[in-house]
Amino acid sequence: MKTRTVLDVSPLPESSFGSRTLTWWGTLAFMSLEGMGFALAIGAYIYLRVFSTHWPLNSPPPDLWPGTIVTILLVISAIPNHFMATWARAYDMRKVRAGLTLMSLLGIAPLIVRAFEFWGMRLRWDTDAYGSIVWFLLGLHTTHLLTDVGDTVVLNVLMFTRHSANPRRFSDVSDNAFYWDFVVLSWLPIYFVLYWLPRL
Amino acid sequence: MSAAPEILRDTDLAERSLEERITHIWRTPSGIIGWLSSVDHKVIGLRYIVTAFTFMGLAGVAALIMRLQLAQPNMHVVNADRYDQLFTTHGSTMMFLFAVPVMEAFAVYFVPLMIGTRNVAFPRLNAFGYWVYLFGCIMLWASLFSNSGPDVGWFAYVPLSRGYGVGHRPDVWAQMITYTELAALAVAVEIVATVFKMRCPGMTLDRIPIFVWGGLVLAFMVLFAMPAVMVSSTMLILDRLVNTHFFDVSLGGDALLWQHLFWFFGHPEVYIIFLPGTAMISTMLPAFTRRPVFGYMAVVLSLAATAFFSFGLWVHHMFVTGLPRLGESFFTASSMAIAVPTGAQIFCWIATIWDGRPRFATPFLFICGFIFTFVIGGLTGVMVASVPLDTQVHDTYFVVAHFHYVLIGGAVFPLIGAVYYWFPKFTGRMLSETLGRWNFWFAFIGFQIAFFPMHILGLEGMPRRVYTYTPEMPWGGLNLISTIGAFIFATSFVLLLINVAKSLRSGVLAGDNPWNAETLEWATTSPPLPQNFTRIPVVSSRAPLWSGDDTFPVIAGMRADKREVLLTTLTEAEPDIRESSPGPSIWPLIAALTTGFTLLWSIYTPWAIVYGALPVAVSLIGWFWPKGTKEDES
Amino acid sequence: MRRWAALGVAVAVVSLAGCSGFQSVLNPEGDNAISIARLFWFFLTVCASIWIVVMAILAMSLVRARRNTAPETRDQRRMGFVIGGCVAASVIILVVFTLASFFTNKSIAAAPEDPLTVKVEAHQWWWQVTYLDKRIDHRFETANEIHVPVGRPILLQFESPDVIHSFWMPNLAGKQDVIPGRFTELTFTVEKPGIYRGQCAEFCGIEHAHMGMYVVAQEPFEFDKWRGRQIGDSVPPTNAMLRHGYMVFVSNACASCHTIRGTDAGGVVGPDLTHFGSRLSIAAGTVPNTMANLQGWIANPHGIKPYTQMPSVALAGDDLTAVSQYLESLK
Repeated sequence: MKTRTVLDVSPLPESSFGSRTLTWWGTLAFMSLEGMGFALAIGAYIYLRVFSTHWPLNSPPPDLWPGTIVTILLVISAIPNHFMATWARAYDMRKVRAGLTLMSLLGIAPLIVRAFEFWGMRLRWDTDAYGSIVWFLLGLHTTHLLTDVGDTVVLNVLMFTRHSANPRRFSDVSDNAFYWDFVVLSWLPIYFVLYWLPRL
Repeated sequence: MSAAPEILRDTDLAERSLEERITHIWRTPSGIIGWLSSVDHKVIGLRYIVTAFTFMGLAGVAALIMRLQLAQPNMHVVNADRYDQLFTTHGSTMMFLFAVPVMEAFAVYFVPLMIGTRNVAFPRLNAFGYWVYLFGCIMLWASLFSNSGPDVGWFAYVPLSRGYGVGHRPDVWAQMITYTELAALAVAVEIVATVFKMRCPGMTLDRIPIFVWGGLVLAFMVLFAMPAVMVSSTMLILDRLVNTHFFDVSLGGDALLWQHLFWFFGHPEVYIIFLPGTAMISTMLPAFTRRPVFGYMAVVLSLAATAFFSFGLWVHHMFVTGLPRLGESFFTASSMAIAVPTGAQIFCWIATIWDGRPRFATPFLFICGFIFTFVIGGLTGVMVASVPLDTQVHDTYFVVAHFHYVLIGGAVFPLIGAVYYWFPKFTGRMLSETLGRWNFWFAFIGFQIAFFPMHILGLEGMPRRVYTYTPEMPWGGLNLISTIGAFIFATSFVLLLINVAKSLRSGVLAGDNPWNAETLEWATTSPPLPQNFTRIPVVSSRAPLWSGDDTFPVIAGMRADKREVLLTTLTEAEPDIRESSPGPSIWPLIAALTTGFTLLWSIYTPWAIVYGALPVAVSLIGWFWPKGTKEDES
Repeated sequence: MRRWAALGVAVAVVSLAGCSGFQSVLNPEGDNAISIARLFWFFLTVCASIWIVVMAILAMSLVRARRNTAPETRDQRRMGFVIGGCVAASVIILVVFTLASFFTNKSIAAAPEDPLTVKVEAHQWWWQVTYLDKRIDHRFETANEIHVPVGRPILLQFESPDVIHSFWMPNLAGKQDVIPGRFTELTFTVEKPGIYRGQCAEFCGIEHAHMGMYVVAQEPFEFDKWRGRQIGDSVPPTNAMLRHGYMVFVSNACASCHTIRGTDAGGVVGPDLTHFGSRLSIAAGTVPNTMANLQGWIANPHGIKPYTQMPSVALAGDDLTAVSQYLESLK
């Protein structure tokens, strides 16, 4: 078929940030499905609780400290995370590099405390159904924490190579910050369910 | 940020050399590595379709063996052990390896073409999804052939699947779920991003082709339904592998938790399969009635409403588990309510035919066969939505009849119609109409003979999933009829295969738009060039090919030196960004292999996850690390 | 034409099927099943009418449209109204359906007065039946067969020690799942004496197909007679042959799985055989209870029910005959 040109798109930019880009929507879609997974796992926890006569089954409630420290660390990390996203939008290479390094460290810190959280549950996954579901919830969130920290570290390294001179990389940094917010936010209901629900 | 003089734009080249150049940039590389590296949505879509149909054929043979076994009482075609593996594999394959993937595959192939773009949003994720899916297919069927196929039903109810299975059979089922869900979720993410951001300029929300709406609705349903089966199958694997107690009644677990999670996925699953089928009907109908589908808005809203309702009726699979009666009544009401939007769609199609001038080509025959069959399935669906009726027909052959009417009538008939309709786009050649008619009548009549008697068998007390029955039961006659029907129905697929084989060699050449259809996939060559469109089209109506213009509006200014796609705004589809699109890569295959083997290994030891984490991480970093291509660096 | 013919055939077949059947939804003899059958015929009539109307309109549109030469001229608005009307009509029909099934459900679920309570424990792959009574010595156990008096409500209480099963007697009531760790029950009243068959309706493993059972509905006085016999211990062997059979039973593996009340056989793995001779079937409804079948069953259980949990016990020919005769004598 013969064509006629009705529009010139050459002035358009080749990259951008946030909801204008594909990656942002992809990240959002992944968050939705993972969020749904979290919601269902929490639903399973509540379901098991409703159908048992006492809760937590035969164990004391978990030790509050490790979980609370992780929560505080995660909430604090949201602040530099926000700044890093702003610096990425400003294409500020120096600050982005510093921000990524800081975020890598702020990601590894809660991972270390997380090990004590498993310990602080005071029972094993194979003790009973309560043990299974708390380890499941904790494990599910740890997987997300681990993958995003991994992603941050790789991106951090990447930004110190020749590949960093590219506006798309800054968009990646901003999407990484977006996903970290999800990792932090999704933790809060899990923290409540794991640590406070057995105490209510 | 490349310097200005390096940039080559489509405006810099003459029409002929432009097409050659863009084709060269978008082509799948040659050689075996090139073939394995392809990220072209058409190549991957076709691979999905061919694979899905292959496994449908195998699962169909499994069904024929079961029909032989049931043709008369106390038959010995297969033993109970084999029969259980067959019916589990049949169900699991049809649901997880055929119906969902094939619908997604059509979306992967046609969504970019219909919205006027060059590839899906995340082409490498698309390739990865296919390889993982293939891995799952091969694992399930290799297990069946080595006598370790899952034998606990496609629904794998605990405690049967938890502690009573033979060897690793239930693990095979659970891990197959992981593979296919990974693939399905990958496709869903791509489709959402593709439809939201990659529609060609002018394709506002109310100009999106209905099939694309179908794909979008499918993607959303997958995003919110599949996590439920991921969660439950993971729990099952953990229960079996590391001794957790999610479903262990003696230590605080619960058997019905499985059913809630499974059906929270399982009911939307039915609509994940059926809604794309209806969207195919709405897309094909205009070409064969020579008018746009009646009630575009009503049809699109019906799709969305059905998807929404489908999340609120999972409990109707659990009416006989002894849940509180009042709660059950709510689910009766919601299950009935879902019939309303579906009914509205059927009324719209009949109105379209009423007002159009039908052309009785093979796809249209399948559309008519669909309405005839699906309405029966829908009405028996209303019956099983009623709690009292369900307590009688649940888990009987009545339900087997019902859901085959819904799934074959509602999804497979449109699908076969769609194969006839889009085959010329896939291959450039038409399928034979004569063979097509034979195909339709064998499918239609064979189907009714095979499945209608099952309604009566169910009412006469025949439960599902029995490998045989005693001669005192009055079921022999109807079962024999059903078996004969099954073979007639199977013949129709042989005819389809013959038709495809003949047409591939000597079919009539199709040209760009053999059906004189209205949507954009017919605006390009058959089969499409690797870039789909050398120049991105611009649309100003819902039926861009029926505008009456003899020239086609397009955009200019895209780069001609790298893979580039145009992103547009979410609702108004105004041009926004020219973004690079990733080129071919072998890494998705490597990542699929490392993931696949890790998951397979984890059937035997939980440490596999630890050992496998490193190769998986390496392959993912390899995948995302920039390779210095133009697409990576700008 | 063909569609009408197909429908006619379908209706004929359905109504024929309704005439007989001891395991059939269409031949209801219990209050629960009768109200469901009534609801079924109501649904079926309405649904079949809807289908006929829709197909008639589809057929008309196909025929009509072929004559039609000028497309795009119809009054689109009028068609929109027609469709709106159809949608409204479907809403009304569905509301009626919902209400009808709600009220049927309510009547079925009503708690019975003074029911006969029977505990039914579902096993892979047989049914253990225990008649509960306030007097411990009036409790008794049987298998794969429930005798009930007509006219009196029956309350079945279910338990499962292994996997999920489903209790289904289509002539008497809708089915009820039997779920480990859950308490479920079912009530119904049988209206007419007779023998009704049912079988497990939830896939429960490899011999799911061979997990049948019978409900024998009797006039109350006959039921009381039966019950009186069942409460009692087994009949002692009366001749040499039967005594030999008894010895075979207790000195072989039989007694380690089966109980025969009043004897040394006290196994609790398999069905209680105290009054085995009075039962209708062997191996949970797999074959009728005849001497020949019983001999075949003991000699090679897997020949009759391939994956049964009952092991083969090697017995000499005369031992086999004797033990079979003994068991059949346990009326």
